[in-house]
Amino acid sequence: MSAPTARREEPAGPAALSAERGPYFGAFGGRFVPEALVAALDEIEAAHTAAMADESFLAELAELHRTYSGRPSIITPVPRFAEHAGGATVLLKREDLNHTGSHKINNVLGQALLTRRMGKRRVIAETGAGQHGVATATAAALMGLECVVYMGEEDTRRQALNVARMRLLGAEVVPVTAGSRTLKDAVNEAFRDWVASVDTTHYVFGTVAGPHPFPVLVRDHQRVIGLEARAQVLELTGRLPDAVCACVGGGSNAIGIFHAFLDDPAVRLFGFEAGGEGVGSGRHAASITGGSPGVFQGARQFVLQDEDGQTVESHSISAGLDYPGVGPEHSWLGASGRAEYRPVTDAEAMEAFRLLCRTEGIIPAIESAHALAGALRVGRELGPEAVLLVNLSGRGDKDVDTAARWFGLVSDADLVASEAERVADAPQDTEGSGW
Amino acid sequence: MSTTSVDVSGAGRGAARAGTSAAAVDRARAEGRSALVAYLPVGFPDLDASVAAAKAAVAGGADVVELGLPYSDPTMDGPTIQRAVDAALRARTRPADVLRAVEQVAATGAAVLVMTYWPPVDRYGVARFAADLASAGAAGLITPDLIPDEAAAWLEASDEHDLERVFLVAPSSTDARLASTAAACRGFVYAASTMGVTGARTTVGAGAARLVERTRAAGAERVCVGLGVSTPEQAAQVAGYADGVIVGSAFVARLLEADSPAAGARAVGELAERLAEGVRRS
Repeated sequence: MSAPTARREEPAGPAALSAERGPYFGAFGGRFVPEALVAALDEIEAAHTAAMADESFLAELAELHRTYSGRPSIITPVPRFAEHAGGATVLLKREDLNHTGSHKINNVLGQALLTRRMGKRRVIAETGAGQHGVATATAAALMGLECVVYMGEEDTRRQALNVARMRLLGAEVVPVTAGSRTLKDAVNEAFRDWVASVDTTHYVFGTVAGPHPFPVLVRDHQRVIGLEARAQVLELTGRLPDAVCACVGGGSNAIGIFHAFLDDPAVRLFGFEAGGEGVGSGRHAASITGGSPGVFQGARQFVLQDEDGQTVESHSISAGLDYPGVGPEHSWLGASGRAEYRPVTDAEAMEAFRLLCRTEGIIPAIESAHALAGALRVGRELGPEAVLLVNLSGRGDKDVDTAARWFGLVSDADLVASEAERVADAPQDTEGSGW
Repeated sequence: MSTTSVDVSGAGRGAARAGTSAAAVDRARAEGRSALVAYLPVGFPDLDASVAAAKAAVAGGADVVELGLPYSDPTMDGPTIQRAVDAALRARTRPADVLRAVEQVAATGAAVLVMTYWPPVDRYGVARFAADLASAGAAGLITPDLIPDEAAAWLEASDEHDLERVFLVAPSSTDARLASTAAACRGFVYAASTMGVTGARTTVGAGAARLVERTRAAGAERVCVGLGVSTPEQAAQVAGYADGVIVGSAFVARLLEADSPAAGARAVGELAERLAEGVRRS
């Protein structure tokens, strides 16, 4: 058990895990990109490094966090939920209360300020079911930037409301008809735009994956989650948590809350991947527990691939986790054992989703419900003395429809025609929200 | 990757091995023209037909053939090549099929390079893939998403098997990167005519000539230009300043538009003839 320690703002030293800044995390990371993009990636890296050392940039970002997105986010003890977690103390980090409803705004505000700093006027982004796209469109509206969001055609149909939301905010939404027409294809299309527009355009990458420096850039803007939470848990309980739990798709909310604890060896870090219908079924999105090391979308990482290195389609009830890759820093933490990655099935996640609704009056994002389901297991393993910190990365408003179908709360007859069409797609549906 | 660790002799100095792209470009240069480089993806419209199309391109006058290894996430390709590659993957085209296609096309005497995104090679195993490429008679690899900085395993394997390695440069490349990339290349340097993905364009990037000039100044012996070249007129224009003219999407479009594989191969052969005439016009 860790003794109470003073809040630490800086990494523990050059050998600290938290001091890793790429391009490689162990055997993972790098830049597997066309030469045409190297100059832009170098420019972003230099601009980001300078910005993070610039007090006025950091002050402007902190002010936006305070007055626009609502930081710091609170932590909430959930004792009634925790009765099902072996009686452990469970604390939720409430990223669901941020403006736009998830942790995505943390990264997007930082990158929008960086875009302005680099003198670019246009941003592009990929999105799965809309959360990162909505956050990017929001920041673009706030700062007067032109915004184009790439979204798989399948996802635009299933998430028509998020498409409307982005358009209300002034963004152009481009349905992507290539490949499997989902998130990974939206990323591909954003890269195709970027290679032709890089002089004027910044690619607001949504997660801690992709080529260097994106994994570091996005992590630097998400680590505020863990920095706040570490101090909040210390203040509330007088000690560090025994375990930190987060869901992992690409991995941005998880690295955000893990990072401040990387050099606290007594704190166990648990990443819960989308197990879909079960890792053994082949229909899942568990890149670390069910995939293998490879190269995907710009970096060496764990990826769902076949024997020829072709990307295998992922499956999850949660669109935000429905991605066949995972960031290089997670790949490294998983390979080294510093963090433990485990799959959570659709059914387990939905049970935890319902449990939090019923016991605490909080409707979580289905993504975050994977972390909750994992925390139930970890709590039972660690016992009633344990303190668990769980990242509630997003709110579930967007998932009410999916949940209503899952639990049979509405009949098909009640659904409007477009909704009925979505039911027909249910077996391979990726609706929900998230990245 | 330190440029000093790279064997620079392959950038084109001295006599090139027969069957290599370097030898093909040098032969064209000796004839006072540019080389024609034709891209075709293996497995589209089917395996045999893709081999037939590549042979038709050679018969029509292509000096070098790039055989594409289909990949699920081709981020450097526009809609035309994406469509063909998607179809090839749906038909389960595999690396072993590509190696067989290499053997058959190399038998014509043309230099054959395999154009591939890096994930399939990484998965196959770089050393094993290099050995199998060499056995199949390939001249080497073109790697659109592998920069020399990440290519340590490939530099070593290509040295061991005496394979050509063609990396790309772009208008955005700094002079320092042009130099390190040119030094890492063996065969030729692939200059992307414009910032963008593959596909026919009405004009070839105005910056292409400048990029070729900068790449030569950075030490490259042979520079071929690709992206957006589709017509004999454009080929003639590019041949005015480049050692080779690379055409891809225009060939693939012929296959996509054809009523039958045989008609597709004929159309590919006819386009190759016209382009071969174009590269001799400058």
